[in-house]
Amino acid sequence: TLRLICTTTTVQRKNVGASGPGKYTEAFIKNQIEEFNLGKRHLANMMGEDPETFTQEDIDRAIAYLFPSGLFDKQARPMMKHPTEVFPEQRKIQWGEDGRPFHFLFYTGKQSYYSLMHETYEKFLNVQKHQDQLIAQDLPLQKEKRNLAGSRWLTKIELEEMLLEKLSDDDYSRFIQLLQKLVALPCADIEESYIQKFSKEVPVQSQKLVIEPLQYDEQGVAFSTGEGKRKTAIATAVVYDNGTGKITVNGTDILHYFPVLQDREQLLFPFQFLGRIGKHDMVCTVSGGGRSAQAGAIRLASAKALRSFVTEKEVEFMRQAGLLTVDPRVKERKKPGQEGPRRKFTWKKR
Amino acid sequence: QLDHGCALHTAARAGLSSVSTQDVPAEKPRVVFHTSESDPAKHTEQHEGRLYNIPLEEVKAVFPHGLPYRFQQQIQTFNEARVMVRRPALELLAYLKGSSFAHPAVRYVIYGERGTGKTMTLCHVVHYCSRQGWLVLHVPDAHLWVKNCKELLQSSYNKERLDQPLQASVWLKNFKTSNERFLQEIKTQKKYMWGKRESTEEGRPLGEVVEQGLARVRSASDAVGVLLREIKQQSHRGSFRLLVAVDGVNALWGRTTLRKEDKSPVSPEELTLVHNLRKMLRNDWSGGAIVTTLSQTGSLFKPSSAYTPHELLGKEGFDALDPFVPIPVANYSPREFESCYGYYLERKWLQHEKAHTEDGKAELQFLSGSNPRQLARLAGPL
Repeated sequence: TLRLICTTTTVQRKNVGASGPGKYTEAFIKNQIEEFNLGKRHLANMMGEDPETFTQEDIDRAIAYLFPSGLFDKQARPMMKHPTEVFPEQRKIQWGEDGRPFHFLFYTGKQSYYSLMHETYEKFLNVQKHQDQLIAQDLPLQKEKRNLAGSRWLTKIELEEMLLEKLSDDDYSRFIQLLQKLVALPCADIEESYIQKFSKEVPVQSQKLVIEPLQYDEQGVAFSTGEGKRKTAIATAVVYDNGTGKITVNGTDILHYFPVLQDREQLLFPFQFLGRIGKHDMVCTVSGGGRSAQAGAIRLASAKALRSFVTEKEVEFMRQAGLLTVDPRVKERKKPGQEGPRRKFTWKKR
Repeated sequence: QLDHGCALHTAARAGLSSVSTQDVPAEKPRVVFHTSESDPAKHTEQHEGRLYNIPLEEVKAVFPHGLPYRFQQQIQTFNEARVMVRRPALELLAYLKGSSFAHPAVRYVIYGERGTGKTMTLCHVVHYCSRQGWLVLHVPDAHLWVKNCKELLQSSYNKERLDQPLQASVWLKNFKTSNERFLQEIKTQKKYMWGKRESTEEGRPLGEVVEQGLARVRSASDAVGVLLREIKQQSHRGSFRLLVAVDGVNALWGRTTLRKEDKSPVSPEELTLVHNLRKMLRNDWSGGAIVTTLSQTGSLFKPSSAYTPHELLGKEGFDALDPFVPIPVANYSPREFESCYGYYLERKWLQHEKAHTEDGKAELQFLSGSNPRQLARLAGPL
């Protein structure tokens, strides 16, 4: 079974359409669409722009300008979107005036799911027939492998959204198994367009961090820069090659700037991890934050700068050691009714 | 003992190495810097970066009160006193050997950042002078005289000044241990009255003055003053050499934390001890040298980043000490660092497994910034 890792908030709401002949009638939706379009034109007029070429982005910008909101949740702010995005899709009434259902699988309970399974199986049989034909004609079977690594199947929730009815885990897994079987056949390219309806690109793989190459200054010494942040402190570090391990922070030696051992240990960590303690010189500037935050920021900046000096494997090691991740911890907000972010007021019995 | 000073010359800089008298591990070629040259007079640049041993009895005799507290603890732990020979000390010794004693005393001021080894340099020089037979006037820390004094008496000698009986008596006791024989040789030249009944006649050995100060604690500060004056006057004659070694000399010209009974602050001139010591530091006498150290750690009302003579002494102090020879002391050089690290390893002070590796050494050097004090503090828990 395929497990869900993250869900979109819009779909977490109950599928309103499945709960019966909907609360939003077609006429109502049509009304809303007309009102939306009128409103769009009015808004365009108000903003002094051309109503014909007023896109959704322009609408968003205009609304954000006219109704500024300080709320953190973007979905709590005022928004103006097309009714099809606002109102969830619903199933129209599936039987006629005489009470007879339109779809032949209505009485199975999950009509769209079963019809989908039937369709997919039909395609499957199609492909097999085509394959048999090719074998009969002794033609070579096409063997172009689909790029499985860059795509994923639809999640259960996305499939539910598409079919407008609830599925169980079992149903979903059966469907995915069928799809996988279909894809496994050599001549599945015929039904490629059908299969693409149920697969999605995984965009994460295509983004890869570019490591900057080394720069060289006047004397030919290689150096590279890096920036780091930690809890309101920002730091920039320039790491020079062929050095003696001297480190300067804001113009002063680290022994003077960080009298505490703990901060100096933080600075030492990237170099010690790569085993290059005495080999590089570093000049950094740091501002903001406190003592620990500045040390953490410089550590991140120096680790980022050292990436250019080091092989990719070691970069991966650094990433796994946590040297290259920005520490997301910041000061938590104080809540009303409490003394601090977590601490409550002293509880008095009477 | 054989002198293991034979050197293997490697390329470029004099990378001297010598095998120590103790065990040598056969696995890796470890260079440990030791020298059994325990007479500072014979220390030259060859011995730079090496540690020499001072026998414990000498330590007790020469340094009853001079060594830093941590070093004393180290002596107790290792059961031996090893002092590193460093360049500023060698410089000073060279000056002292070359100075002529007919001229007025030259003043040397040792200065440097915190924890770089100024007091240890001073102790090295004191050791040399005591070996050479000088009379050593060693004030371990002048800051002790200007702060945390429980008793202040009004001086009987001069109405405006204030006495510090406790500090004076402590110092007299230590002075006695370090300069026993001189106290018998030097004779007073004047008659001194201690109060209404006691007095010291002319021509009595100085030991009596010291006894008087120790016995009558109330007049201890005056005894100190008398001592200083006598010594100063007689060093002219050349029967002995005088070394005035003051640690934390910037205390004499700063502010004090002491208050009189009416809560008004006391300035240093009003303290007898400080007044007399200032007179010693004036270079109107000859036949010796004055070596002083600046110290930020005990200093009062000075920012922690101040370490130059000008900042720590203030205008008054700087003018008073004006023609002086400044001697800067810096952090360990790489060779000195290696030798210190090797010493700790050899004495099994660094127990951590990683401390024995090259990486561990690089780490220690980075984290301590080659500062002797930081290194000692780091090596403690390891």
